[in-house]
Amino acid sequence: MATTTAESASTAPLQAAAHGDRDSRSLVFLGLLWGSLAFGIFALGVLLVNTFIEGSGRLDLMLFVNYTSQLFPGKAGARAAILGSLMVIVVTALLAVPLGVAAASYLEEFASRENRFARFVELNVQNLAAVPAIIYGMLAAGLAVTVGLPRNTVLVGAIALALLILPVIIVSTREALRAVPREIRQGSLALGATPMQTLTRQTLPAAIPGIATGTILALSRAMGEAAPLLLLGGLVFVTYDPNGLLSGFTTMPIQIFDWAGRSQIAFRELAAAASMVLLVLVLAMNAVAIIIRNKFTTSR
Amino acid sequence: MSTTMQSAGPSRQGGLRPSSAPVTLRSANPRYGEKVLLGFLMLAAAVSILTTVGIVLSLIFPAIAFFREVSIGEFLTSTSWTPRFADKNYGVLPLITGTAWTTAIALAVAIPLGLGAAIYLSEYATPRVRKIFKPVLELLAGVPSVVYGLFAVAFVGPVILKGWFGIGVGTYSVLAAGLVLGIMIIPTVASLAEDAMTAVPRSLREASYGLGSNRMRTVLRVVFPAAISGIAASIVLALSRAVGETMIVAMGAGSQARMVAAPTEEGQTMTGFIAAAALGDSVQGTTDYNTLFAVGLTLFVITLLINLVSIKLVNRFREVY
Repeated sequence: MATTTAESASTAPLQAAAHGDRDSRSLVFLGLLWGSLAFGIFALGVLLVNTFIEGSGRLDLMLFVNYTSQLFPGKAGARAAILGSLMVIVVTALLAVPLGVAAASYLEEFASRENRFARFVELNVQNLAAVPAIIYGMLAAGLAVTVGLPRNTVLVGAIALALLILPVIIVSTREALRAVPREIRQGSLALGATPMQTLTRQTLPAAIPGIATGTILALSRAMGEAAPLLLLGGLVFVTYDPNGLLSGFTTMPIQIFDWAGRSQIAFRELAAAASMVLLVLVLAMNAVAIIIRNKFTTSR
Repeated sequence: MSTTMQSAGPSRQGGLRPSSAPVTLRSANPRYGEKVLLGFLMLAAAVSILTTVGIVLSLIFPAIAFFREVSIGEFLTSTSWTPRFADKNYGVLPLITGTAWTTAIALAVAIPLGLGAAIYLSEYATPRVRKIFKPVLELLAGVPSVVYGLFAVAFVGPVILKGWFGIGVGTYSVLAAGLVLGIMIIPTVASLAEDAMTAVPRSLREASYGLGSNRMRTVLRVVFPAAISGIAASIVLALSRAVGETMIVAMGAGSQARMVAAPTEEGQTMTGFIAAAALGDSVQGTTDYNTLFAVGLTLFVITLLINLVSIKLVNRFREVY
């Protein structure tokens, strides 16, 4: 038992006490642990299969090209919602990514430990990361009223979602920057680059894979989020394409929420079909993020 | 501004310049562009402070208007919430009760399963297994909450609870919503708890093995206690997620605000009320509209308190190892 310790010391898991784990209590314990993990994965599988079975009947072309309908669920589609989601996500990314990367760069590369402004920003970021999503909707609605914009516009929706995911982008960008080897910065500074040049030409480019991973995950969250947008009002029945920052819009999660809440079974089927489309988009984004992460963590 | 930039940056990265030596290597080029850029970075950082301020302001003004009409005493102690009825009552307790039920059920699911998965991934799984299953488990947090909501109404309630287990739930119940909410926050518990356990130094485990403990004993008596503040933080964070989650409870728990006495009943949570009320077109400035913000403020204050505890715990566990 003890002899293997030295050999395995360099590998990740400790195999040392494996032989001590043969008594029944340990095996039951291990079974429970394994069961916990398996339950989560099983639940994910059931959710996917169930959504697919319920929605498969309406996973057709009409879902993509038609607008929603009050009376004819058989012909209704999520066209406005699909276009709206894509448009809002692009605007959200344009708002949140530069701000998030800039804020993270400041906190990680320029602010010292004693900088009180930076500490206060950090505390805010930590808290905002756990503020309920629906509160961001109230903020965006309040903001829109203050500056006199109509609430139910692409721009206001994107602001709500961008502020929602900003803390996530800041935290993951900081982690990515922290993972860049110190020698790269030292080398750059030693060659006479200013700290700002070091950031823009060395540190940030080296951190791009990590930043991309965090950003894609954050955007996939924004893509699936409905709660803050509910507060913008007037989003549940939209039968036109969004055509600009100040255009009215709806998104897929909102459309699904609306359909799922109607009493006819055909609408629920439609909700499940739209859920499949949303799941494919969101899970694909997650998969891309994980692939980027795995690729760049193994090659380093 | 330029001195902070030049001296603070590098010294944080591990003392590139001897800290005692004065900074004399000033560039002849003033580099105004860089100063502007640094200004932009600081401004971006300040956005998060502005966001907090914005949240507080956008909640507090309608909430103050609300409390001019309704006494704080009634709001916090009355057990009847009927803002939409002719006989209006504004007691927030039914909504808090609803939130408490869904949250408690969710945590009852997520704490054991999340910690179990975390222990397995950090202490038992080979790197290969971990590399496959960790991202798969984290996908649970990536599934949109409306899809979970649909799952709760269409499957967990009618098929699993009623069909398979014969539990007398209606279309909506805090039980179905709470269970699905619990599944959603499993990765929240698992991720942070796993980080905390992985951060426990190897030497502690080796000392335990050296004294003759097997792996189960080492996990339960050494690793788990050593990682307790991180584990606590993971639970508190999950608590905050559960309290603030909207779509699952809005779709699955029902829309009747009442003092829920049993998990099979339907009930309305704070977030569920905000979502339902936001759908009805309340005109800005009316008590109806302000009610939303009074509940929003209550929700914000509750989650803020939870978050501050969680931040404190996270910072503590980061300091330990």
